[in-house]
Order: sequence, then structure tokens, then C-alpha cells
Amino acid sequence: MSTPILQVRNLTKHFPLKNALGAKTGQVRALDDLSFTVHKGETLGIVGESGCGKSTTARLLMQLIAPTSGEVMFEGKAVGSRDLPLKEFHRQVQMVFQDSYSSLNPRLTVETSIAFGPQMHGVSEREATARARDLLSRVGLEPARFAGRYPHELSGGQRQRVNIARALALQPRVVILDEAVSALDKSVEAQVLNLLLDLKEAFDLTYLFISHDLNVVRYISDRVMVMYLGQTVELGQTEAIFANPLHPYSQALLASMPSMDPDHRTEAPPIAGDPPNPINPPSGCRFHTRCKFVQAACSANAQQLFASKGFEHHVACEFFELNANKNKVFKEKANQPLAETAL
Amino acid sequence: MSPASSATSAVTIENLRVTFAGGAAPVRAVNNVSLRVTRGETVALIGESGSGKSVTLRSLLRLHPAKKTQMSGQIEVGGRDVMAMNASELAAFRGRVASMIFQEPLLALDPVYSVGDQIIESIQRHMKVSRSEAHARALKLFEQVRIPSPERRLAAYPHEMSGGMRQRVMIALALACEPELLLADEPTTALDATVQIQILLLLRELQSRLGLSIIFVTHDIGAAVEVADRIAVMYAGEIVEEADVRTLMRAPRHPYTQALLQSRAHGSLAKGTRLATIGGAPPDLANLPPGCAFAPRCVHVEPACREGSIAIAALGPTHQARCRRTHEIVWQHTAAAKA
Repeated sequence: MSTPILQVRNLTKHFPLKNALGAKTGQVRALDDLSFTVHKGETLGIVGESGCGKSTTARLLMQLIAPTSGEVMFEGKAVGSRDLPLKEFHRQVQMVFQDSYSSLNPRLTVETSIAFGPQMHGVSEREATARARDLLSRVGLEPARFAGRYPHELSGGQRQRVNIARALALQPRVVILDEAVSALDKSVEAQVLNLLLDLKEAFDLTYLFISHDLNVVRYISDRVMVMYLGQTVELGQTEAIFANPLHPYSQALLASMPSMDPDHRTEAPPIAGDPPNPINPPSGCRFHTRCKFVQAACSANAQQLFASKGFEHHVACEFFELNANKNKVFKEKANQPLAETAL
Repeated sequence: MSPASSATSAVTIENLRVTFAGGAAPVRAVNNVSLRVTRGETVALIGESGSGKSVTLRSLLRLHPAKKTQMSGQIEVGGRDVMAMNASELAAFRGRVASMIFQEPLLALDPVYSVGDQIIESIQRHMKVSRSEAHARALKLFEQVRIPSPERRLAAYPHEMSGGMRQRVMIALALACEPELLLADEPTTALDATVQIQILLLLRELQSRLGLSIIFVTHDIGAAVEVADRIAVMYAGEIVEEADVRTLMRAPRHPYTQALLQSRAHGSLAKGTRLATIGGAPPDLANLPPGCAFAPRCVHVEPACREGSIAIAALGPTHQARCRRTHEIVWQHTAAAKA
């Protein structure tokens, strides 16, 4: 693998909970001690269910919210330090959000929206407009037809193309895509995914692709990070994770994908219950309340991410090898109903 | 209750048209939809946003505001003429004969009553039972939808429950008065992956145990495959193809269905391959093109496709499609598969 472009070290975010009088009553542990590296030119996919901290990770990376602790390094420089002021970091790292409508200013034409960022960074209006028009055509929106339109005059897919063009207007190196295709219809989603692949090649980009859609993540990512309740449970090459998930949660998540084969429908739910509340996450391994391989030690010991057999495959479960053997036994029992977990 | 005209048919929709007036131009949301659901059958309506699948489903309970909606055609549920019902007949029909599960249970449930009270209210509204009998029935329903510690959960309020639990409550509420027909409008779309599969399997189990007929609206083909016996694909307010699940997944004949199945990102795709896409965007329902609504985006289009409406044609005992060129397309399709 090539050089790391983004490094995340022990990133933690706890949101305080306050009562009506403003007194602190608890905290949501949205992200706990997260560390990972994004390499130059790769697409790192982040998957997980709601509340697992994937969007919090994106917002912390963009410095839209301040971390409780931990740091983000861009090309070896701490973000927000004297070496790398926030404004310079934002020129290098841009983000595309899920809701294409609320992330555009309704009073600006799409051309003005796209040209706004470069102007804030000292590009002349003429040049910024020329760049906006070039980007519009790059994302498949003919400038002559679309430049003067307002966001409400565009379809969802077209608006998301504008958002992508705007993110690219500063010529960034890294683009964070937070559920960027999730709100689109399937036929439009495919168009935008193709566009993202083309742009990555054309501009030599690095993507951080956040999604709950496992098929899309598998399609676009080089490596995948699986998150559960604010922690990474598994990190590795996409095909390694999809072909041979090592963590019991990754296994359950993948087995939860609806079957596309009418003759091989899913027989029994891979796990029972909903993800627990991140306000009071379970002790030890946070997945132990739903894990079918749970042991006494699991509720006591927090699990560290460690490298499994291969260098590049990391898993946060000390029993994963033991479980691999048990899985065969469990598969035979798969048709028996699972015990409901107390929530 | 009159003996059903067609004994095995739970739902018969004939030439349903729904037009929403009130905007600048009338929006033709559903155009000439006909659909039959037999007793104990699960039919999935799939399509993209604006295809008319939810509007069709809501028409079955006549949930559209009467003032701004023009409806025509016939709807029969279990032999009852839904279009002819007056307000009190509708009130007795909704929840008792046919009931609905919505996408977002937090919006569909009342936040100021406990979930148990809401179920008891529904039971007492439709059945002549005492409160304690209704309570016992609510408890049994909670066990049926596998809510852990059901007695305690009956007293809970919607905001105290997780998304998956709320959707189970929603299903219990829908089943409270033993309806014949369950209408499910994207019931798992707002749920997480590991919870979605639990709810899908629960619906499948309840369907077979209670002998329900289900119409299941979704944009997720995978969810449809997990629960449905038959799938109807909608585009621009029309059913463009309808077949049993196996036929539809293995030998789709309408260009839109084929494109929809091909445009999915799926596991067997090699790294870096581009997805097959459908060019353009779905049509504006206030301004539908003449002829086939899919023609502007179709790779098999020819001039005649843009003139006059196209009838749905039978391609087999359980398979029909609304396309002039199904025979040529099927040839091209198999030719492509062999190549």
C-alpha cells in the first residue's frame, strides 16, 4: 500500500445529555477510541447500522464538530495546527452529504454555488466560474442548460451531481461521501456511482465512502471498515471481508442482506434484537449482548483491534478463530429460533 | 357479508386511475392499474419513487383526500366494493378487513398513548369484547410478533422503543382485528440491515400461519424476493411487468425490469466494472409522454413505442408485460446471455 493520506488516532466523541435545566445527565458515546488510516488513492468504505458512529466519524474528520479527544493527521500534519490550518485542510478534504437539497443554498444558482468555494480561497470570479462550468460538464450536466438553474429546478440525481461538482471545485485530494447515493433511486444511484469512479480516476482522488448499503460499499471500496456502536470491529480488504468475515457482527451483518435468489431465501434471522443504545453501551465487547458466540470474558474485556492471520485484516474479537470452528456447528442449527436478547 | 364473487380472489383492482388535482397541473399518479391478489398470497409492488406503488396501496383503503383526488376504476377486497363505501363503511373496513403497516412507525403511532392502549382501542373499536379480553388479545399479539417481555412493553410509549420494536408494534396493531389483507408500505426501509431481515421473516411467518394476503410495497428488490410470491413492477403509474418471483428474477421481459436488475451493484461484479445504467430520469407525472412512458429511456425504443398506449400482454400463465417488443427483446436478452 502507498502512503497514508489521512490518519485518525484515538478519535473519541461523547455528546453530553442535558436535562431541561441544562444539567448534565449522561453522555452519548458516539465514538470511542477510533484509529484508522486512509491510503492515498484508495476508497475506504465504512459500514454499520444507525448509531454506530459512521457519520460522526465523517463530521469529526471534516472538523465540523470538535472531538472529545484524539487527532486527525493529513499527510503527517495535525489538522488545525500551525502546519495545517483548517482552511488549508478544507481545500484538501471535501465532503458530499446524503440530502442533496438541504446541502445546497436554495437562493444560489448551481454555478454560483460551485464557484463560491474557490472564490473564498482567492480564485478570481472569472476563473471560478470557468471552473464551475467545466465541473458541471464533467459531472454530466451540460453547463448551457444547467448553470443558471436553482436547486429546486433539478432532480435528486442532478442535485447530487452538483454537490459532487462543488466538492471538487477546490481540487481536493480526499472526498468524504456520507451516504451520498443512499437517497437516490436505484437507476440514478448506478449513474452516480459510475460518475464517482470516473472522477476518482480523472482527478486522482481518495474516497472515504460511508454507507449502510453493503452491495454499494462492496462495489466501490478497496478496503472496508465495519463499525458497531462507536467502535471498529473489523477492517480489511473488501473481498477478504465479504468472502470471509471474521467478527461475529460482520458475519451477522452480511448474512442479513436479503437474498436475491427466490430458491434460497433467508431461513432464520442471523441475529435477534436491535443495536443497543449508545448512551449506555454494553461493557466489554459492545457486541456481546447479541453475539451468538458470547463467552464469560466478553462482557469483561474490551476488545482491541488486532491483525489476524493476514497483515491487512484486523478484527476486534479475541475468539474469532475459535468461532470459525463453532460456525460450522451453528450453521447446522441455523433453523432453530434464536433466543431474544433482553434490550 | 356477501359471498365473494370470485372465491379465491382477496383483492381485485380493475383499471384504477388516481389523479391528484390542486397543483398547477393534474398529476396522474396511477394510470390504469389492474391487479389481482389471491387469498394467502403475497404480492410485492416494486418501483422507484414516483412510480405510483404507494398511491396504489393507499387507494385500497381510500386514504387519499377526497377533495383533491380523482379516482376511477374498481377496487374489490374480499368481495366488498371499496369504491362504493361511504364514510362509516370505510371506518368499519379499515383495520378490520384490510390494515396497513407504514414505513415510519414513530409517525404512525400516537405519541401520547401507550402502545398497549392503542392496540386495545383498535380491538374494541371493531370487536365486541371487554377491555380485559382486549388486553389479553394485545398480549397474545405481542408474543406473536416476538416482542420480549410483552407485558411490560404494552405499557411503554412509542418513543421508549427501538425502531425494530416499534415496527413490531405496528405489525401487532395491524393484525389486532384479524384482517384478511395486510398492506405494507415500505415496512423495512427505515430499519437497519440486521433488523430488516428479522421483520421480513416475521411477515413471512405470520403470512403463512394466519393465511393472510399481503401487498408489499418496496423499492428494494431483495426485500421483495424474501417475502413475495409474485412481483409487479411499476413505472410512471403503470404496472409494466408482473410475474411470479422466479420468472421475474430469472427471465424479466420488460426493458425497464431488465435495466433495473442490471443496474444494481452486487457482489459478483468485478472490481472497476461500470454499472449498467438507465439514462435519463423518470418522467414528470404531470406531463406524461404519449405512448410508452419508458420510451424516452429505453434502449429498445422504436418510433411506434411513442404513439398510443400499450396493452399489457400475457407471456405465460403467470407472466405479463407491457411492451410492444417483448419477443424481439427476449431474443436479444438470451443472445446476450449466451455471448
